[in-house]
Amino acid sequence: MTGNICVLAEQWRGQITEVTYETLALGREVADQAGVPLTAILPGSHCRELARFLGAADAVVYIDHPLLAETVPQTCAEAVAQAMAGERPRALLVPLTNISLGIGTLIGVRLGAPVVNFCRDIRVADGRLLADCVMYGGKIEATVEAGAPSGPGPAILGIWPGARQAEKGRAEREVPVTDAAVVLEDTGAIRLCRYIEPEAGDVDLTKQEVLVAVGRGLQDRANLPLAEELARALGGAVCGSRPVIDQGWLPLSRQVGKSGLTVKPKLYVALGISGAPEHIEGMKDAALIVAVNSDPQAPIFSVAHYGIVGDAVETMPALTAAVEARKAAGQHA
Amino acid sequence: MHILVLLKMAPDVVEDLEIAPGGKALDLDCLRMILSESDDHALEQALLLKERHGAKITALALDAPEVDDALFTAAAKGADRVMKVVGMDPGFTTREAARYFSQAIAEEPGLLPADLILTGVQAIDDLDGLVAPIVADGLRMPYLGIVTGVALEASAQAARAIKEYPAGVRGEFLVQLPAVLGIQAAEKPPRYVPVAKVRAAMKSVKIECSQALTLADGGLPLVGVVEMKRNEPAGHAEMLEGKPDQVSGQLCGILAERGLF
Ligand SMILES: Cc1cc2nc3c(=O)[nH]c(=O)nc-3n(C[C@H](O)[C@H](O)[C@H](O)COP(=O)(O)OP(=O)(O)OC[C@H]3O[C@@H](n4cnc5c(N)ncnc54)[C@H](O)[C@@H]3O)c2cc1C
Repeated sequence: MTGNICVLAEQWRGQITEVTYETLALGREVADQAGVPLTAILPGSHCRELARFLGAADAVVYIDHPLLAETVPQTCAEAVAQAMAGERPRALLVPLTNISLGIGTLIGVRLGAPVVNFCRDIRVADGRLLADCVMYGGKIEATVEAGAPSGPGPAILGIWPGARQAEKGRAEREVPVTDAAVVLEDTGAIRLCRYIEPEAGDVDLTKQEVLVAVGRGLQDRANLPLAEELARALGGAVCGSRPVIDQGWLPLSRQVGKSGLTVKPKLYVALGISGAPEHIEGMKDAALIVAVNSDPQAPIFSVAHYGIVGDAVETMPALTAAVEARKAAGQHA
Repeated sequence: MHILVLLKMAPDVVEDLEIAPGGKALDLDCLRMILSESDDHALEQALLLKERHGAKITALALDAPEVDDALFTAAAKGADRVMKVVGMDPGFTTREAARYFSQAIAEEPGLLPADLILTGVQAIDDLDGLVAPIVADGLRMPYLGIVTGVALEASAQAARAIKEYPAGVRGEFLVQLPAVLGIQAAEKPPRYVPVAKVRAAMKSVKIECSQALTLADGGLPLVGVVEMKRNEPAGHAEMLEGKPDQVSGQLCGILAERGLF
């Protein structure tokens, strides 16, 4: 692994996650730029056969231990840190997902290595490893140098979902697999008791062609009917960003984003949504994105195709009326 | 039961963010600082546990503009003891923040033992790591993040914590106490507290100060910002301009052209 670019391969509920493929695609590019091999590190229990899905890498290091059956951050970080001990990879790319969040930080602390979160892109320039990071809810971009090549430990780079297309990192083939032995202590301090499946909502957001999405800019629950009327006029359904769900204005089955659903409608109208990376990862692949936000600097405009700087509460009824009028005109024509 | 809540201030992104001369950091003079959103949820989760089981809550914050307001608000909501760490090196990173918290927890009388240490799972400026796992590792406590609900077991030796996974799936974990939890969202939205109650807290509550010690290695200059710039969204989206009915008409035409209704 010394000098290599490594990717932490996530497996969850028996499968390699999509974000792992995205991260492998990015890792492949970085490894090629640096002229070094790409290694995937796969922690798990009795899941060696998953290594064949990591064919975008040149090699896989498989860490098998019963305590790695579920991804508990401290256990997983300890296992990866042990597997990397004595080796000096150049970087370890860790997907920033709900499964792996915290693992990169812990590996960095254990190895005394630099950690850079929020990476959207990584490149090698004049031998330096540079990360382009999206922070402050998407409002700021920073280029960050992650440790010197001779510095302590590998650079641990937390990669936002969506950094590359999963397809580019998906390759099924036989890859050389090395087994790494680790010693983990079973303290029993954290144990997964059960998964709680999401309750089926009244509508399946993933099947809707039109979504009217509301965020904190909706201001008040009393304004929700305005979004419902717009959705009805457009023949779609209403969904929301996290604060709207946390406030109890809409059920969890209507949440779009990292902890919610990933949607790909033909039309996504984002009203009063700032466009934080955790929201964008759930809707960026919509065919047409329209954003209405009172802040011209709102990051949502970076992914929108059409934007309106204005008050969502005023725009909703105006748009509903315009759609209704056009539909009526169409019927009379 | 003693619950320690760790609070960090973060820039309010509703305001325009300006880059400082030199182009490597935000201009602190132009920032409005607010309590990091998930830390606010961590405080709320502590208050809910106190209501359900009885507990003493200590809120520990790192000094920053507006931090006194945040601590008085915490006291007005029900925190029993409020303290801030002062004298940190300027421009400290999240990893350093975690170490300042850890030092104060180790040094200040009465912060330990704590049955639960709650803090936000992630702040918008956590560029070089997350606070909760670092503090947990330092104290050799178990850590779980992205938590959206906590219930104490009858024995009070363990808690059941709900962690979010992707696609609306959640996991129920049994966590032995003491433990550190990174809270994503409390079971209820953070409560509102009337200004009068905060003012009363300002008169009756004393914010204790904990002096930060110099970090043994002088901090961790492992990560260097080369350049920072504002994300300029203009240029990607085609912007429609005019009064609501005008832009609605334009947009409607575009959607109709594409056969979207
Ligand atoms: C682990 C993790 C998982 C997460 N999972 C998710 C997830 O699944 N889904 C999700 O959405 N978020 C998720 N988040 C939260 C995410 O980081 C953001 O906090 C959230 O997306 C912000 O929601 P928002 O845009 O509605 O609110 P804000 O960021 O507060 O933005 C509100 C916007 O409304 C605008 N506005 C205000 N008033 C008006 C008005 N009258 N008219 C028009 N615009 C107005 C403002 O300019 C602002 O841009 C997650 C975070 C973490 C750490």
